[in-house]
Amino acid sequence: MTESAIFSGGPQGMPIPTPDPHFAYVLRHADDNLVAAQRYGEWISYGPELEEDIALGNIGLDHLGQARSLLAHAASLEGRGRTENDLAMMRDERDFTNLLLIEQPNGDFAHTMARALFFDAYQVGLWQALSDSTDATLAGIAAKALKEARYHLRHSSGWLVRLGDGTEESHERSQRAVDALWPYTSEPFQPDAVDLAAAEAGLGPDPSSLESEWRSRVSAVLGEATLDVPTDPYRRHGGRSGFHSEHLGHLLTELQWVARRYPGLKW
Amino acid sequence: MTSHEERFQALIDSEEKIESTDWMPDGYRATLIRQIAQHAHSEVIGMQPEGNWITRAPSLDRKAILMAKVQDEAGHGLYLYSATETLGVTRDEVVELLHQGKHKYSSIFNYPTLSWADMGTIGWLVDGAAITNQVMLTRCSYGPYSRAMVRICKEESFHQRQGYEILLALCRGTDEQKAMAQDSVNRWWWPSLMMFGPHDSASTHSEQSMNWKIKRVSNDDLRQQFVDMTVPQADYLGLTLPDPDLQWNEERGHYDFGSIDWDEFWQVVKGNGPMNRERLSHKIKAWDDGAWVREAAAAHAAKQARKKEVA
Ligand SMILES: [Fe+2]
Ligand SMILES: [Fe+2]
Repeated sequence: MTESAIFSGGPQGMPIPTPDPHFAYVLRHADDNLVAAQRYGEWISYGPELEEDIALGNIGLDHLGQARSLLAHAASLEGRGRTENDLAMMRDERDFTNLLLIEQPNGDFAHTMARALFFDAYQVGLWQALSDSTDATLAGIAAKALKEARYHLRHSSGWLVRLGDGTEESHERSQRAVDALWPYTSEPFQPDAVDLAAAEAGLGPDPSSLESEWRSRVSAVLGEATLDVPTDPYRRHGGRSGFHSEHLGHLLTELQWVARRYPGLKW
Repeated sequence: MTSHEERFQALIDSEEKIESTDWMPDGYRATLIRQIAQHAHSEVIGMQPEGNWITRAPSLDRKAILMAKVQDEAGHGLYLYSATETLGVTRDEVVELLHQGKHKYSSIFNYPTLSWADMGTIGWLVDGAAITNQVMLTRCSYGPYSRAMVRICKEESFHQRQGYEILLALCRGTDEQKAMAQDSVNRWWWPSLMMFGPHDSASTHSEQSMNWKIKRVSNDDLRQQFVDMTVPQADYLGLTLPDPDLQWNEERGHYDFGSIDWDEFWQVVKGNGPMNRERLSHKIKAWDDGAWVREAAAAHAAKQARKKEVA
C-alpha cells in the first residue's frame, strides 16, 4: 500500500489532509469518465440518425457507470463520509482533474468522433494497464471498462473512417476536427506527481508508457480515413492540475445545479 | 365480399393474427401505417422532453436511469418503424411525413418539462397512460404490431416504476421537493387524460378500428381504467390530483372525474400547444444537421462496394 493509506478511513469532519495520491489517482480517472458521460448526454435526441442516438446513449452510459464505480471507490479511499454524488456535484472547477481533451465541446459529429477516437484509444491502453493494478477494486473496474472501451474505439474509429473517406464535406469536417483537438492529445501521456506515485506503488502505469501504442492506433485509423496526422507542435496541458479550458465550468454548472440548489437532499 | 375479404374477416373473427404476407384491405393497411408510424414518431419526439433533463439530473444514479430510459424510447421508435416497414413503406418516407407536418405524434410531448419532478410525473402518468393503451395493443390483430407491443410493454412498466420512485423520493423529502412534485402533477394530469383521445362519441376512426380489432377498447374505457389505476397511487404519494370532481362512485364501481378541456386538446392537436413548433423544429434540425453524416456513410459504403467488385 502507498503512503496514502495513512489518510484513508479517518472520521468525518476531520480537517482535509494533504491530498492522498491514491485518492487523487482514482479521482482523475473518475472525472474523465464523468465529463465524457455528460458530453454524450448532450447528444441525446440530436444524433444524425436514431441508431446513433442509441449508440451515443450507450457509450455515455458506459462512461457514467465507470465514473460512478470510480467515484464510489475514491470516496471510500478518502474515508471522510463523502459519497459518489458529493464528489460529482459539490466539487468546483479547480478540483476537477479530468483531461482537457474530454471537456472540449461536442461540436459537429466529426468533432465528437475525433475526440472519441483520441480518448477511446487512450482508454483502451489505460484500462489494459489498470487491469493489473495492485488496487484490486481498481483492477476490477478496469477489466470491465476495457471491454466497453474496445467497443467505443470500434465505434469511433469506424465513424472516423467513414467520415474521412466519405464525401468532400465530411472529409473537410473531419480534418478540421482532428486538427482542432490535436493540441489536447499529449496531456494524457504527461506524468505528474500523482501518476508517478501511482506507478511507483503499482496502482497504474506511467502514462508516458501508453503513448507509442496510442500513436500507432490513432495513426492507423487516420490513415484509413485518408486524414493527415497534424504536425502542429502546439500542446495544451493543465486538466490534471485543475487548470481547465473555460468549457468545463459550463458543463459543471449544468451537471451540478439541482444538487447545489437543494444541498443534502435525497432524490 | 370477395373471397380475399372473407378470408381476412375470418382470420380477424377467429382472433388470429394478420401477418405482413397476408392479403389485407387497403384501408386496414393505411390505418396501420399511420397508427404505427405515429406511434414510432411519439417515441422519438418523446425523447426531447426527458432528454431536456439528462444533463441536469440531481444525482448520478438518477442520471443513469433517465439516460437508459430515453435510450429505451429510441429503441421503441426503431422497433415500431420496423413494424411500419412490414407494411410496405420505408422509415424515411414516414419520417418525411412527420417533418412535413402530415403525420402527428402524441400531443403530450408538446408540453414543456420545467422541473426535475417532471421526470417523475412523465414516467408515472405518461408512461402509465401509454401502458394502458399498449397493453390493449398487444391484442391487436396485426401480428408485427402486437408483438412489438409485447416487447415494449415490459420496458414501459420499468419506466413507470422509475417515474413513480422519483415522485416518491420527492414526496418523502422536504416541503420544497413535495411542492415541486405537486406542481408537476398539476401540470401533467389533464394532458395525460387527453392522451386517450376524444370521447367515443367524437372519435371518427374508432369504430372501423374496433371492427378490425386494431383497437380493442374504446377511448373512454381506457381513460377510465387509467383513472381508476392512478387515483390510489396519487393517494399513496400524498399528492392531490387537480380535479375537484374526482370521487369514487360506489354505484359504477369507478372514479368519476371532471370534464376535459377539449378546446385545449384540439388546439394542441392542431399545432398550437406550448411546444409543438419547438419539438418539430428540433427534430428537423437534428435530421438536417445529420445529413452530411448519412451521406458520408453512404459514400464510404459505395466506395467499399466498388473496391470489392474490382478485387
Ligand atoms: Fe416507449
Ligand atoms: Fe416509456
